[in-house]
Amino acid sequence: MSNNSASSSSSLVIAQKAVKQLRLEASVRRIKVSQAAADLKTFCLQNAHKDPLLIGVPSSDNPFRPPKSCVLF
Amino acid sequence: MGEMEQLRKEAESLKDQISAARKAVHDVTLPEIVSGTAVVGRVQLKTRKTLRGHLAKIYAMHWGTDSKLCVSASQDGKLIVWDSYTTNKVHAIPLKSSWVMTCAYAPSGNMVACGGLDNMCSIYNLKGKDGNVKVMRELAAHTGYLSCCRFLNDSEIITSSGDCTCALWDIETGTQKTIFSGHMGDCMSLAVSHDFNMFISGACDYTAKLWDIREGACRQTFGGHESDINAIGFFPNGNAVLTGSDDGTCKMYDLRADQELITYQDPSIMCGVTSLAPSLSGRLILAGYDDFNCNIWDSLKAERVGVLAGHDNRVSCIGVTPDGMAACTGSWDSFLKIWN
Repeated sequence: MSNNSASSSSSLVIAQKAVKQLRLEASVRRIKVSQAAADLKTFCLQNAHKDPLLIGVPSSDNPFRPPKSCVLF
Repeated sequence: MGEMEQLRKEAESLKDQISAARKAVHDVTLPEIVSGTAVVGRVQLKTRKTLRGHLAKIYAMHWGTDSKLCVSASQDGKLIVWDSYTTNKVHAIPLKSSWVMTCAYAPSGNMVACGGLDNMCSIYNLKGKDGNVKVMRELAAHTGYLSCCRFLNDSEIITSSGDCTCALWDIETGTQKTIFSGHMGDCMSLAVSHDFNMFISGACDYTAKLWDIREGACRQTFGGHESDINAIGFFPNGNAVLTGSDDGTCKMYDLRADQELITYQDPSIMCGVTSLAPSLSGRLILAGYDDFNCNIWDSLKAERVGVLAGHDNRVSCIGVTPDGMAACTGSWDSFLKIWN
């Protein structure tokens, strides 16, 4: 008997926590997708020129690719 | 009506409220906003370096903040710190447990961490007095495997676990300062925001959650995936979250609009996403898949614009350097490759 009431009261606590969390998440302030998407697009376009993987890296600036040089001793 | 029944009804009503509130701000789609933007041209990255040395599957890698050193973890029981410019091994750290699933480099460069089926997060001091790398702390309290860890600084680290929780630890005392519970499935991956105030987690309950580190609270939950989320990352502007799932898709969720903006999918892709990383501007998303490849997506147009083909087994991890100069892929074929 006491086992049943213990497990049912813990289910109750879990359910109460779940409702409390949902109330929190429901109260979030949301902006319009049009604004969010426009900001993402702007960010990408404004930073494109400094994105090495996007625009490519000249071998002289590429730390993973030392420029080939001919050395005559 | 019993209290349980009342609570169940209230939960359902709140879920409907959230759905309706998200719909109410859904005035346009991302594809419509970028309809006038051209798809990026074909992206062809070449392997510039191959890091050879591990003797078994690589499960994780993480770049240091200098964009030069990186750490990798393999089930050969080693953590290797590499100088990616020269391919030299700076440190080869033998692990107590070879069942490692994650590794992390501290922003300071002073420490690395790893963990896995031992349920612990082990912290290693790279700058010890005698030059030897030793275990500094073993953070033990999770009751499930350690899937991911990320340092906030030299005294705090966040972990995600198969026990369905994430935790913030005080490294000095070895104790959990905060436990983040709420996921209903194994937590698989986490990423920390640039300002170190928030982190996101992806789990086997198919959701991603945004957490406030200091409040210890979950602020937002994002659903939509049809299977486990294996990989998660912040979009570089900090306002969106990228997820990769066993359902074969990646998704972008906007934090301020509190909803999914777009899904990156292709009918020809029938295997799970293991890892992902955005490029510096966020325009490219590199995603590793179970089928040995990495696809490069145009994040705005949701089209595939490139492929990194070069591994002979599953790509298990991927990371883009903080300076955006290169991407690193780690694979079950035991090699790491640097691409740009």
